Amino acid sequence: MNVKDMPNSEAWNEVQQNASLNNQPFNNFTSREQSKWEDPSILDYSMRINSSFSKFNQPSQNSTKIPKQDGTQTQMPDVSNFDPRATLNNLSFLEQKIHQLQELVHMIVGRKAQVQGNQDELILQQQQLITADLTSIIVQLISAAGSLLPSMKHNLSASATTSSGLFLQQQVKQAATTSSGLFLQQQVKQAVVEEVKPVEQQSTQMDSVTNSVTEMSSNNNMEEDHELKDEDDGKEEEHLPPGSYEILQLEKEEILAPHTHFCTICGKGFKRDANLRMHMRGHGDEYKTPAALAKPNKEASSEKVLLKRYSCPSIGCKRNKEHKKFQPLKTILCVKNHYKRTHCDKSYTCSRCHTKKFSVIADLKTHEKHCGRDKWLCSCGTTFSRKDKLFGHIGLFQGHTPAIPSEEQHKGTTTSVQSNLSENCEMTNMGFGFGSSNGANNENVAQLMMDGKVNVDDPFFSLLNYEYSLGGLQDFPLTNFDDSPSSFSFLNSEEKDGMMCGSSNDVH
Amino acid sequence: MKKQRTSTMAKTSSSSPSSPSSPSTTNVFDLISEELVFIILDYLNDNNPQDKKSFSLVCKSFYSIESKHRRTLKPLRSEHLPSVLNRYPQISTLDLTLCPRITDFTLSVVATTACVNTLRFVDLSRSKFFTGNGLAALVASCRSLTALDLSNATELRDLAAAAIGEAKNLEKLWLGRCKLITDIGIGCIAVGCPKLKIIGLKWCLGIGDLGVELIAVKCKDLRTFDLSYLPITSKCLPAILKLQYLEELILEGCFGIDDDSLTLLKQGSKSLKTLDISSCQNVSDTGLSSLTSGIGCLQQLTLAYGSPVTLDLARSLQRLSKLQSIKLDGCLVTCSGLQAIGNYCASLRELSLSKCSGVTDEGLSSLVKKQKELRKLDITCCRKLTCVSIAHVAYSCTSLTSLRMESCTLVPREAFVLIGRKCHLLEELDLTDNEIDDEGLKSISKCSNLSVLKLGICLNITDVGLSYIGDRCSKLVEIDLYRSMDITDSGITAIARGCPSLEMINISYCQRITDASLISISKCAKLSTLECRGCPLMTSLGIAAIAVGCKHLTKLDIKKCYNINDFGVLPLAHFSQNLKEINMSCTSITDVGLLSLSSISCLQSMTILHLKGLSPRGLASALLACGGLTKVKLHSSFKTLLPQPLFEHLEARGCVFQWREKMFQDELEDSKSWKLQVAEMNNDS
Repeated sequence: MNVKDMPNSEAWNEVQQNASLNNQPFNNFTSREQSKWEDPSILDYSMRINSSFSKFNQPSQNSTKIPKQDGTQTQMPDVSNFDPRATLNNLSFLEQKIHQLQELVHMIVGRKAQVQGNQDELILQQQQLITADLTSIIVQLISAAGSLLPSMKHNLSASATTSSGLFLQQQVKQAATTSSGLFLQQQVKQAVVEEVKPVEQQSTQMDSVTNSVTEMSSNNNMEEDHELKDEDDGKEEEHLPPGSYEILQLEKEEILAPHTHFCTICGKGFKRDANLRMHMRGHGDEYKTPAALAKPNKEASSEKVLLKRYSCPSIGCKRNKEHKKFQPLKTILCVKNHYKRTHCDKSYTCSRCHTKKFSVIADLKTHEKHCGRDKWLCSCGTTFSRKDKLFGHIGLFQGHTPAIPSEEQHKGTTTSVQSNLSENCEMTNMGFGFGSSNGANNENVAQLMMDGKVNVDDPFFSLLNYEYSLGGLQDFPLTNFDDSPSSFSFLNSEEKDGMMCGSSNDVH
Repeated sequence: MKKQRTSTMAKTSSSSPSSPSSPSTTNVFDLISEELVFIILDYLNDNNPQDKKSFSLVCKSFYSIESKHRRTLKPLRSEHLPSVLNRYPQISTLDLTLCPRITDFTLSVVATTACVNTLRFVDLSRSKFFTGNGLAALVASCRSLTALDLSNATELRDLAAAAIGEAKNLEKLWLGRCKLITDIGIGCIAVGCPKLKIIGLKWCLGIGDLGVELIAVKCKDLRTFDLSYLPITSKCLPAILKLQYLEELILEGCFGIDDDSLTLLKQGSKSLKTLDISSCQNVSDTGLSSLTSGIGCLQQLTLAYGSPVTLDLARSLQRLSKLQSIKLDGCLVTCSGLQAIGNYCASLRELSLSKCSGVTDEGLSSLVKKQKELRKLDITCCRKLTCVSIAHVAYSCTSLTSLRMESCTLVPREAFVLIGRKCHLLEELDLTDNEIDDEGLKSISKCSNLSVLKLGICLNITDVGLSYIGDRCSKLVEIDLYRSMDITDSGITAIARGCPSLEMINISYCQRITDASLISISKCAKLSTLECRGCPLMTSLGIAAIAVGCKHLTKLDIKKCYNINDFGVLPLAHFSQNLKEINMSCTSITDVGLLSLSSISCLQSMTILHLKGLSPRGLASALLACGGLTKVKLHSSFKTLLPQPLFEHLEARGCVFQWREKMFQDELEDSKSWKLQVAEMNNDS
């Protein structure tokens, strides 16, 4: 199995070597900058990369600008003034992409070797998925290559030929040949063409060069334009300026997938990369080396890295980037929790009260800790663990009163009334929330609305708690550790950091 | 029978001008429409409840007319409430403060009577025997109830508050000292009574920021908000200051409010007119300036017992252009602070500096020179003030109507002559413990509008001075001559003759006064309070004259009048049917006199200490006979002499016992020596 893998990986190594050779003028990049692209979030999932397109589009304005790392744009009055850093970044990004491709193909080989065609359907499915992933990566590649254009342009006008352009061409060609398929080749050709052509002619060029332009890429372009426009007139309330982060969107299936890391040999899925690495040790001695076990690119970049923000795939959701008041999600975990909480069924029921339901199991656990201990009760039947939350709730809704812990004799009669009330209240809640959002003090109301909504769904998840559970990544792996199939529980410390650093794609 | 009827008719006609001059056998009132009789009845004001009673007893038609006319009811006993309320179906105000015991049953009775449709205000302050169930019944049936006074209902809990919350139309609510009500209960009220305009939560120690904030959020019409002594912080203030119509905010003794949090306040109330932050020890000038920064139309500001009045604090008042009244009682005052107030405040009408330390001639003089419109000035116990200040006050503030300067001991007697010469509009003058003499009184008698004059412990005044007052101050309502020992009968007679509208007189420890004074005082028909303790020359004869002459007498103090015995009390029991409070310690009254007092149905409070002729048996029967008693002061020796079940029974009726251990002091000390004693005690402490 391993022997079969070898030629492929060797070929890819060669490609990389070539790349680095061609890259000589710019190859003084550090591992820090590399790590910027290391995050699995862009690599694992097919999504649009906002920033690269914005960079790509910027030269279309009459004066040439080159985006700097720190987000501010310096005007480029003349061609001679060329920033090698930006190019370097783009190159390292490309390299990372190629690396991804390599791993992907590696996996395909591994899969084929393992399954040996006894389940054709599964293979077909996998192939389709891989193709889709490849396509997306190529799209990203194109856009990344596009971002090289400004510097390319200057160089072209200055010396008519650039090493970076050549390098890219070579690299891509090689990639195309190794990964097999005319389709891909055409795509890559297009990418190269795009790179060389001035931006103004990009769209026409795209049509004229070839018909095999994938739907996805054109879609991406259009949506990207739309996105940019949205951001321009939107002036989002997010504190981040619109261009300072890129928006990524995961698909529904990816969000709900139980595992994100898969063994390339046996196909076993893992929640964390560290667990996968531990698992890999069983597949041979070469996985037991310190290099293989080490967490890839542990050191975090202290330099400014383009922030990543996430969009919910559900259209109409406030967390969806199409929404006018779009508020991006901070991490993948946020995306997962948000999607489950907001758009999925609540399948976990509290075993104590049998009324509270949750879609995120951590929420259930939090609730079960407090279940039955809530003493602050509203007339609508909602309970609160904190008095100020109850009063916030009452202050918000018309007709709700704090309920007095009544004597036992009243208990029988009050429960039925309460259940009735709670139904009514949920109806009114909705109406109130939507109605008031048009009100004068939008900000206030919105804040209250969120509070109220959270309260109705789940009183224990006040806004504060909510943020906390999302932000507290350190806690998360620790609490959930016992659930993971891996038995290497001594790897706690590594898991904390390695959790987000996935290396392979999802395969179902 | 008929004779009796005409006599009452005549009595009625005296106060109702349009009633027929000669009673005939046929009732002329049959010819007058009910509305006209109602108008006539409107003239029978509430000074003497007996008037309307007499009217209603004339005949059946009068009875029914009076029943329909009456709007306010103040019953003495709750036992008769069902019949009384059914008799008066139009009652809108029901004052139950005189009933010693109000239970849930009483309230449920009120809820079932005919008046529920018109009842708007129920006053339940002073009784604590009812619970939330009674309130729930009351509130459920009286749909038009707009005001409810539950002060001192210390046993009320959140359940009762929830019951109050059912009164949707409630506009005024007082919950003073309802200590067991928490945020939850007040939350129910806030949600249930959105029309509330006045709410008093003084001493409701269970209510915090959350409850107060919720009231401010839910009751948008709030005008008056009393939060005295609540454990609140500044967290609830933004919501309160957002109230659109809020006019009066009382934050007395809210120790949780401090400068740091006040400086964070962004918004000030636009409508606030009265602000009271007295006894807020943690609020200084910085907090005050941020609190008042947005309050443009503030008229009245109370900073009593707070931080020192310095230049900075006065500067924070600069923006309050409409400020009319400042109360700085008990503050440490600096000279520069007073000067700055004089400079910054546009036109003050009222200034109170009582018990302020640091008030000097310089400060006050510079203030009053700028504030010529001052109407009321209180410089009680500003002991550093001398003639200079008073001269400036007299020359600058000529439109002064009220001057209180008790214990300004350095002010010489000439200063009072000046006051009388310059301030002709004075209506209230408190000169207790001052050096004023007859010349001063002569000058002050020029203030023809004077209605309240306090001359207690003014040892320099004599009958001559009082006769000037009696001659010229015919509008005098209240006079205090406590321990003015040179006063004799002629002085009192002059006052009583010249001031027919006198309602309150204090002649305690004026030891030379005899029955002649009381007989002359008895001509003041409106007299309601008579304090003559420590007058050993008074006898039962004088008290009898008072009892006959002063029908409105409600409070009588005859302590240490050793010569008053049962013969004085018997007429009192017969004639003074309005008497509520009596102190008869150290007199010669016996069981008979005490027992006879039980015929006064209004009687609520008795002090019976050191009565030699009182036996336990007589006391027990008297206590049982007086059904309306709410407070009795007794010597603790009776605790063991009387059976415990008796006290339990009386306490269940609503009576509170106060026990005193003090031994009987026989000697009657001279006023001058008494004053010396007091001065010595002051020096020691």
